[in-house]
Amino acid sequence: MAQKTIAGTNVEVDNEGYLQNPDQWNREIAGEIASEIGISLTDKHFEVIDFLREQYTSGVPLTIRKVGKSGITDIKGLYGLFPGGPLKYSSKIAGIPKPASCV
Amino acid sequence: MKNNDEKPLKKVCIICAKGTIEDVYATLVLANGAVMEGIEAKVFFTFFGLDAITKKQMNKIHTGTVGNPAMRMPGGLPFPSVLGMLPGVEAGVSAMMKSQMEKLDIPPVDEFLEMITAGGGEIYACKLAMDMFKLSEGDLWEDCSGVLTVGDFYGMCGGEGTQIIFT
Repeated sequence: MAQKTIAGTNVEVDNEGYLQNPDQWNREIAGEIASEIGISLTDKHFEVIDFLREQYTSGVPLTIRKVGKSGITDIKGLYGLFPGGPLKYSSKIAGIPKPASCV
Repeated sequence: MKNNDEKPLKKVCIICAKGTIEDVYATLVLANGAVMEGIEAKVFFTFFGLDAITKKQMNKIHTGTVGNPAMRMPGGLPFPSVLGMLPGVEAGVSAMMKSQMEKLDIPPVDEFLEMITAGGGEIYACKLAMDMFKLSEGDLWEDCSGVLTVGDFYGMCGGEGTQIIFT
């Protein structure tokens, strides 16, 4: 497993840059991954990110449908927040492994 | 082996001509998966595939229980075709499949289409099949982007990194 320094912290990542240990994550890391993707984070982004981290921690498989039903934003809004990768970019920024989900 | 000269996929044009659960869902999963990856998706429903975007039928699609050799009982025993012919069996099997999919967070057809269009995917109906089945635009799901001839469809399939997929 590769090591990478993001926002001054040494973290474990896979070959696509997804954090492998969500405990190594912090908001500065989120900001740096987001700016690499080309997204500048707002409070709304962090609401989605916190939701994903909670779901991941409780072992629930992630889907965009779940985010759409979370009450934070609808699916269209999710695409607006994370263009071109509503689940993969949000998960990457949230510091959780790449979701193995088809929906 | 990964070829570094590979050009990424940019657009998929998906054709669905059948109205069974497996054909329609294969189409919807492919289209939704594309937009989730930032790939443009255009979906063209034709012939019996039109059921998936016809208001009256879209949430009532079934899987065929006759002439389907991959069909098995829960537990894996073979599913005799004669059983599939009995009234209600096809509906029961279809309901069971849908409940299994719901557990995996796969939505009903109308909601799935909404997810695809929320991501910028476009849904089209085939003009010829509409004429054949005597359907009008009012019969179609509201967010359908239009009714196309085959020529119109091909006109949308241009551009580098585009693939046409026939489910």
